[in-house]
Amino acid sequence: MTTMTAIPIDYYLIFCSILFCTGVIGVLIKRNALVILMSIELMINSINLLLAAFAAYTNDPAGQIFVFFIMVVAAAEVAIGLAIIVLIYRTTHSIDIHVLNKLKW
Amino acid sequence: MKILITLIPLFPLFGFLFLGAGFRSLPRRIVSVTGPGTILASFLLTLILFFDFQRNGIPQIHLIFNWLTVGPLAIGFEFLTDPLSLLMMLIVTGVGFLIHWYSVGYMKDDPGYNRFFAHMNLFVFFMLLLVMGANYLIMFIGWEGVGLCSYLLIGFWFRNQDYNNAAKKAFIMNRIGDLGFLLGMFLLFTTFGSLNFREIFEKATPMEAGEPVMVAITLLLFIGAVGKSAQIPLYTWLPDAMAGPTPVSALIHAATMVTAGVYMVARSNILYVLSPVTQIVMGSVALATAIFAASIALFQNDIKKILAYSTISQLGYMFAALSVGAFTGAMFHLTTHAFFKALLFLGAGSVIHALGGEQDIRKMGGLRKNMPATWWTFLIATLAISGIPPLSGFFSKDEILIHALDHSAWMWFILFIGALMTAFYMFRLLWLTFFGAFRGTDDQRHHLHESPGVMTVPLILLAILTAFGGFMNIPGIFGGNSLLAQFLAPVFAGSKYHPMPVTGISHATEWMIMGITLVAVIAVIAWSYHHFVKREKGFLPDQVHRNFLVNLISQKYYVDELYELIIVKPLLWLSTILHRIIEVGFIDRIVNSFGNLVIRTGNTLRFIQTGNVGFYMFIMILGIILMLFLNILI
Repeated sequence: MTTMTAIPIDYYLIFCSILFCTGVIGVLIKRNALVILMSIELMINSINLLLAAFAAYTNDPAGQIFVFFIMVVAAAEVAIGLAIIVLIYRTTHSIDIHVLNKLKW
Repeated sequence: MKILITLIPLFPLFGFLFLGAGFRSLPRRIVSVTGPGTILASFLLTLILFFDFQRNGIPQIHLIFNWLTVGPLAIGFEFLTDPLSLLMMLIVTGVGFLIHWYSVGYMKDDPGYNRFFAHMNLFVFFMLLLVMGANYLIMFIGWEGVGLCSYLLIGFWFRNQDYNNAAKKAFIMNRIGDLGFLLGMFLLFTTFGSLNFREIFEKATPMEAGEPVMVAITLLLFIGAVGKSAQIPLYTWLPDAMAGPTPVSALIHAATMVTAGVYMVARSNILYVLSPVTQIVMGSVALATAIFAASIALFQNDIKKILAYSTISQLGYMFAALSVGAFTGAMFHLTTHAFFKALLFLGAGSVIHALGGEQDIRKMGGLRKNMPATWWTFLIATLAISGIPPLSGFFSKDEILIHALDHSAWMWFILFIGALMTAFYMFRLLWLTFFGAFRGTDDQRHHLHESPGVMTVPLILLAILTAFGGFMNIPGIFGGNSLLAQFLAPVFAGSKYHPMPVTGISHATEWMIMGITLVAVIAVIAWSYHHFVKREKGFLPDQVHRNFLVNLISQKYYVDELYELIIVKPLLWLSTILHRIIEVGFIDRIVNSFGNLVIRTGNTLRFIQTGNVGFYMFIMILGIILMLFLNILI
């Protein structure tokens, strides 16, 4: 706890916001599905970090426990996401999302 | 006592729920016990109630629960026990039970056996509500309910479209009457601020006769009675209602439901004596119906149709009695009519059963030897309805005739002619059915049989009631003391005009009238015997030469055709026009334009779905940012 008090909570907030925005921008501008997935992971982890930071700040261990849960869920979600990307690659020989525009009006 | 009274209508209701809930899966044996059993239970309870009432006879209102309380309107679910309702309850449950019992045999092979008993039980429940209710609203529930059951049971064999049409006709005609009843109820409430019998009658008693509001109320209620009790001009549903199974005709369209109108007028006697106009209208309608329906019955060939027209005619007699204030006479005739007309219908059912569904009396004949029990009971009922002493019909019809004479000679004369017609058509039916040679097919002759005991025992019990039912009200002229009149006297005591006992007529005149009627009736019977049995006339096919009048009457005065022309056709025409202009051109267009708007919007908006995943994600993030902004702004 002593170390936490050394770094103010504002720093965590700013850092996590930067991480999160990086993720958002990555999702928006990248065409590679794998990179988009990584960007999403970045967003999740920025939130995780923020949760842990707040938990330490308010002295409430529940937040930190939640982080573990979220990591488990994120791992499962990534497994599914990757499996989908593998399947997409097998059928289209590409993981460029601009190729995936068949599902429209 | 309150529990007992509550149980009386509840038994048939539970019977209906039980039979109705399992109406396909219940075994027949259980249905055969439950169906009549619930009615028997109600009958026994009614008997207990009746004897209890005899001991400490105070009319009582039993509040079961508070039902509606809206502003000044407070209506309880309340039952009334007074002589009038007890008499009706005894008829409904007693005759009802016998008919249910008979139905066990009559409906034995019908695939809708369970459904039949479920509906019959429901009918008895509603009929009990009608006669037991202590205010007009409870009565109205029963009034509507019996109409519903009548509809369900007329269309019991619903695969036949003609039967369905008959059911619809009955229902619609009844609705016209029900509207009158409903409006009458509204007017009663605005006038008296209550729907409770006791409160209304107490407030009405000091009123002057002939007040416009009373005329309106009684006329509107009478319209209800006209619909329910099949009087001119709303009578045409009753002959068509013969499409239902014969026990239904006996229970609903002869003994109980159609007499609801008579009961209602008798119950509202205090209101009716306050309105001479209504009494004149009622008397005219009743006389016209009595003679009109009797004349139609003269030339009908369907055994049930004859009985149906006879019922209409006899109901006319009851209303004639009500219109001259002879309430006891009307209730007496209602009671005896319930006995002998139920017996006639059940006897006809027995004949139809034996002939495998044949209803044309021209194709019957000579059934006397094959069906002794049916023949003897049918004979008793025929003698009773023709007014032969000492059977029940004699006493009740005689009482009505005497009161009619007391009122005016013309009224007596019309009813007298009606009585002669009654004797004629009933004996025509009897001769053609039971005398002469059998005129059906060989196949039918081979299968001729007396009905099983389950059908003949109710016939015999009803025959006993028919034979001795008249003794409940022997008039003073025979040394009797008019037990029924004494019993019912408290109900009619509040009426200002109540001609009991007859004042204007001496015993000598009464004897003379009785003698004239009796001699004329016997002459008619003898002549009909000569005509139909000795000369073997009356069962010729339709195409025989007939003069204009006979043709007119045998076509039922073309009343159905007339109604078709002046009401049904214009209504259909108007409906077609309205359909084309209002429905298709207006309402449909509005509704369709809404649909088209949705389709067009969808067609335009679907181009947003580009299929580009990056674009979707961009929109999504934009949306989230927007939401955050809105959150901050608001």
